[in-house]
Order: sequence, then C-alpha cells, then structure tokens
Amino acid sequence: MPRGYAGKILDVDLTEGRIREVKLPWKTLEDFFGGRGLAAKILWDRLGDHWSEVDPLGPENLLIALTGPLTAFYPGSRVCVSGKSPLSNGVVGSTTSTEFAMELKAAGYDGVIVSGRAEKPVYLLITDEGCDIRDAGHLWGKTGEETIRLLNREVREELQRSRRGPQREPGILYIGPAGENRVRNAAVMTKLFHAAGYGGYGAVMGSKNLKAIAAKGFSPLPEVAAPETVKILWREVHRELIKRDRMRRWGTGYGGYYVAADTSSEPVRNWQEEWHDERRFGGPNFQFRFWVKPYHADFNCTTSCMKISCIKTGRWKGDITDMPDYELEAYLGPNLGIFNPEDVVHLSAVIDNLGHSGINIGNTMAFAAELYQRGILTEEDLGFKLEWGDVEAFDRLAHMIARREGIGDILAEGTYRAALKISEMKGVDVLRYAVHVKGIEVGAHGIRSGRDYPTPIGYAASPQGGDHTSTTRDAYEDMAWSVFGDSAVVCSFCYHDPLIWEFARAVTGWDISKHRWCTEHGRRIMTLQQAFILLGGPDVYWDPDRDFDNPPRFYEPLPSGPYKGMKADRETVERMKREYFKAMGWDERGIPTRETLQRLGLSYLDPYLQDMRR
Amino acid sequence: MERTVWIVRDHLRCTGCRRCEIACSLHHEGRIWPEASRIRIFMPFPGVEVIHLCAQCDDYPCVEACPVEALRVDERTKAVLVDREKCTGCGACIEACPGHIPFLHPGDGKATICDLCGGDPECVKVCVEAGYRAIYAVEEEVNVNRKLFARPPLEVAQDIAVNLYGEKGLEVI
Repeated sequence: MPRGYAGKILDVDLTEGRIREVKLPWKTLEDFFGGRGLAAKILWDRLGDHWSEVDPLGPENLLIALTGPLTAFYPGSRVCVSGKSPLSNGVVGSTTSTEFAMELKAAGYDGVIVSGRAEKPVYLLITDEGCDIRDAGHLWGKTGEETIRLLNREVREELQRSRRGPQREPGILYIGPAGENRVRNAAVMTKLFHAAGYGGYGAVMGSKNLKAIAAKGFSPLPEVAAPETVKILWREVHRELIKRDRMRRWGTGYGGYYVAADTSSEPVRNWQEEWHDERRFGGPNFQFRFWVKPYHADFNCTTSCMKISCIKTGRWKGDITDMPDYELEAYLGPNLGIFNPEDVVHLSAVIDNLGHSGINIGNTMAFAAELYQRGILTEEDLGFKLEWGDVEAFDRLAHMIARREGIGDILAEGTYRAALKISEMKGVDVLRYAVHVKGIEVGAHGIRSGRDYPTPIGYAASPQGGDHTSTTRDAYEDMAWSVFGDSAVVCSFCYHDPLIWEFARAVTGWDISKHRWCTEHGRRIMTLQQAFILLGGPDVYWDPDRDFDNPPRFYEPLPSGPYKGMKADRETVERMKREYFKAMGWDERGIPTRETLQRLGLSYLDPYLQDMRR
Repeated sequence: MERTVWIVRDHLRCTGCRRCEIACSLHHEGRIWPEASRIRIFMPFPGVEVIHLCAQCDDYPCVEACPVEALRVDERTKAVLVDREKCTGCGACIEACPGHIPFLHPGDGKATICDLCGGDPECVKVCVEAGYRAIYAVEEEVNVNRKLFARPPLEVAQDIAVNLYGEKGLEVI
C-alpha cells in the first residue's frame, strides 16, 4: 500500500442510497497523487467519454472531496473539493482548510465521491465504522452558524452514546442556502468562514440534496514511509513557517488598503478602477476594532493567517467572520464602492452564513451594480436602488441571490451566465462588464499595473480560469505552488521549497522531486484539466480562439492612481500564451498535442481532442 | 510547599492548530494520533478552542475512584500514572473527574491521562516555539487553583464564546 494514504475512498450513490468502498490502483495514485489531480482522473474515468453531455447540476455529476498523501502530515491541512464545475463546465480543484480533512483520514478514508441525487435533504456521517446517510430535513435552509451548532451537537451526542466521556466535534463540509438553491458560484463551506469557493461546488452539493458531510475519526493517521524523517521535517518546516512573521501577524488582512494603494491591482467598483488611497480602510482599522482572536489556525498550521473578527456593538452585533481576508475585503469592500471596515465585516458574515463564495458573489454583485450605474439595470428590475457603497442594498441583494428571488434568480447563474441572460433581456451587450475567465469570476489581483503576482496570462491561459490561487506563469513554477499544493492537499501559505519535496518523499516513499513534478505530474494534471475545459458543455462551450483570454476590462486603461493608463497588452498576452502552450506541449491554440498526451500517459484523451486540432 | 511542574493553560490564546496533540501522540504513540493525545483541543464552535488536559487536582478524585487501584500519583512529578495491566477501562475515573478529562484510549480502551512526559512535557514545547503560549510549563507550589481547571469542555466553551463574541456567544454552543 502506498504510504501517506488511508487506502480507501467512499463511493456514495445518493439516488440508490448505496455506499461502497473503492481502492484505487497504486499507479493512479502515483500519477495523480490526490486532491485536484486525482479528482480530475476519477472524473475522466467515470464521465470522460460523454463529458459534454453531463449536466454539472444533474445527478450524474460527481461531488468529490479528497485529501492527499501529505494532508494532516505537512503543515496546513486542507481538503480539495471537485467535480464538473457548473461555472466553467471543466474541472476546478477547490481547496479549503478544515479539520474535516484530518478527521476523514483518521476515520480511514482518503476521500468521498458522491453521485446521484437524494430524494430529500440528507447529510453523510463518516466514522471509523463507515458511512451513514442521514436525514437533513432539519438542517435544510439553515445558515452556516446554525448548521454548525446543530450538527456539532447532534454528532457529539451520538458519539457519546457509545463512548465514555465527552466526545469531540466532527469536521464538517456543508452548504448554506446559496448552495441549496444551486447558486452557480456557491461555495462548499467549512468552519463558518472557510470556503472551497472557486468552481461552484456548493451548487453541486445542493443539486444532490446533500446538506453536509461530517467526519470523525478515532484511528491514527496512516503510516508514512520514513517516520523518523517525517518527525524531523515536521519540526523543521514549522520552524521556517514561524519565521514568516508578517503573514503570521496580519494574514492577508492588511491587503484591502495596500493592494490598491501600493500595487494598483485591487478591484474597485467592478474593476473600473484598481487604485484607491482610503487610509480608513487600512489593516489597523480592522485589527484593533474587530479582531477578537488575532491568531487562529487549522489543523497542524503555525502560519495562523486567520484572525477572527466580531462586531460587538450596534445593529450588526454578533456578526462573526475571519479577518476578513484580503479577497473578501476587496470584493465586499472597494469593489462594491464600500470603504468602511464595519460594513465589510458585516457583509462578509452575511455571505459566509448564506454559503456564498465571497469572491465570486462579490464579483457578480458588482457586475449588477455597474449595470445599475449605466442604467442598464433599473430600480424597476431590482426592486430597489443599487448604488455603490450602499451596504444595505448589497446585503439585500446577497439574500435575494441566495434565495433566487427576483433579479437574484438571474444573478444566481454567476457573472458570465447572468451577463448572457441580461444581454438578451435588454438587447445590450453587457459581456464587456463581466470580469470572468471561462465562467470563473476573477480573484482580487489585477494584471494591468504589472505590479501584482499574476502574469498577463495568469488567468487567460489557466484551466481554472479566474482562480487567483492557481494562475499560470511559466509552465514550471506554477506547477509547484498550486498544482502540487492542491494535489498533495496542503495549504499554499505553508508551502516551503525545498522542504515540501523532502517531506513528500519521506511520507510517500516515492521518488518525487520538484523537477519531476513540474515536468511530469503537474503537466499531466493541467493537461487533463485543459481537456475538460476544451470539451465543456452542455450549456456553454469555450472557443480556444476567443475565450482563452482576459476579460475585456483588463484591456481598458487604468483610469486613476500611479499606474494610470496601464492596461493589458494584447500582443504580449498572445505571445506569452503561445510560449506557455508550447512549454506545456500544447499547440498554439492550447490543444494538447498527441505527443504530449503520449508522454504524459494520457493517450486516452486523444480521440476526444483530435478533431479540435487544425 | 512542594514544587511540581504544571502546565499553565489559556484557552483564549489557543489557535486550534493542535500541534500539541501531534507532539503528544508522536511522543506516546510514535504516530500522529489526535484521539490518543493526552491533551485534546475541543472545538465546539469556530474560534472557541478549549484546552482539555489533566489539571492535577490536589486531591486526585480519579485515583480515589479507581476500583482496581490502576491509578497512582507519581512521587516526583505528581502526575497521575495509569497501570495499563490493571485498568479495566470501566470509566470510573472519567466520571470522578470534575472535568471528565481522562478518556479511554481509542486503541486499547484503557484510561489515558497526561503523565507530563515525566516532567518535561512535549506539548508545551511546540506551543511556546510558535509564540502562542496557550500552554507553557511552570514549576511551582501545588495549590488549590489547579483543580479549578478541571471543567467539562462545553462549560468552558460557554465562557470563551461570551468572552470572544459577547452576547452572541450565549447562542453558539
């Protein structure tokens, strides 16, 4: 048995109410590792031959939650959620930090695959004794806070019936009302404010009538190949992480000010600008008023970039969220024209509780607000005024989208599909205001100033579209930080090169190196993801000659700030894209070549891609 | 008064990283095994982390309650030691503890209690190393305050929740 793995995966069919345990071949694990890579492989094996016909929100789609061999051993334990994305119609590896990952492994499972659709709301309870499908009628419609409170109590009491003494809580993945109502960009939530946001897998869970998956394990973590080496490396990596003082003390919670003021790459009013100098929106204004727990972490993490915030006074008393981190500060703040920290803490708590993905819904709401600004959407369409900076209005809109009420029903389709519908409805092309790549709303790091980390093709060339946690760069380093992290399933903020590679060898016993990963495994996984994106369907297809591109907005010059006038340059983008595709072994339009497929052991993709090549 | 090692604990400083559990289980079990860790972090609601660990009461109700004399107090460290041969896993010590802190080991089903690693506890090293100091070791006089830390985890959680979240904290546990 390969080391680092529990050795089996739960395979649950909710239509039939059937639960099986599957073991994957050693070679599959070695080739795809876990998480993002393995999820893509499982999806291909089960749905690949008719991918374009699979409705992401139909019973046939799979909701996959996988750990990886390094999960719980290496600092920063995460779980990777995947499936056919209802946004991109491809595959996104969407990770989130949670005890669920460790509990699942301690219960003896590397992951869960869910297919079918339950007749009525259910949740899964996974322990060392196996998996049970439970009624979730009492949880349906509940917010994040209520779901956690109810499920923790229920599972704890159940465990206490057969065990002496107080029992600990399970790790839980769940959806809020947004996921239940199949809001296309809804998140799979955990721990109140952590989200597997990109990809829209909350909607996939909702489409299966699956409210939550709870896991509680009592066994030790799986055996590793070199236990003494792992012990030493574990101390060593933590010593390195503990030195990263700035990340530890502020997390990304100071970004709301400096990403705009310093690097001009923060979304402001639906990316009409990327610069502001609002000092009252600075980190200290959040930290000293709202942070009640300045160091908060998930299992086996010393980076502790999370800081819990709580509003203690006034009408929003009792709102709890993390920091908010930079992404939510930006997307629920300046991008909605809001520059007041308390408003953003409140909106962040609202979004978390509804089970929206803060980045993606922030993008969609700002898109709507720009259409309102331009008079394309009116007070009549919305039922109220949607002015920039009006926190009440965005609060209301977030609820309407989660419940698919009124205009919320259209916006619940995500920015891209909403843009298609509104264009048709109004007879005006509004796609130019939709800031997405391949259906995935773009993360809060712009490319126009050239001062932030994403390259001009960071989103355009990525099979994960707008996902800011996995941007494309040089077909080498981008295989390491994100593709490896998402497949070994550990947190990118705990990534340490070279220690993570030594760690990987010591846990698995496999001859894995950064170079081998970046030239074989990483490219194998990304090439498979590219095939899914190229196949697309059934409602939307991506044209390689048109859609592997930046949103139109990024080609408009920045209107303000020190980088005023700068914009993405089409020639540079085209050149970099060609270079990137070439390095990946794809043709100039991004279609993987037959030779590449052969080299990566993916020849089974060839019959499906050959007609796309020129 | 006799001076012994005691683990100071401050729930409000706990981040929930649970490296203490990893260090404890690596030391006692040779593996990462959170449910076998002698120190256990309860997390009944996000942010509400409760450090659940033997408080070394001055009157040792657990030792008193054991029907087969499997528990004894170490002369030097004053930690409670379990004789795993004698222990029947009856759970009387769990009931006797005001905080229900002992637990039955998920492997052999025997009572399991912090032994202070013989006076040099591993858990505190990783917490102090990380700068959190949610737990750290002191050497000081045995005193009646120690027993006050033996409380059921949910009771402690209710206090922490209010401390962190104000009135909202009354609802979340």
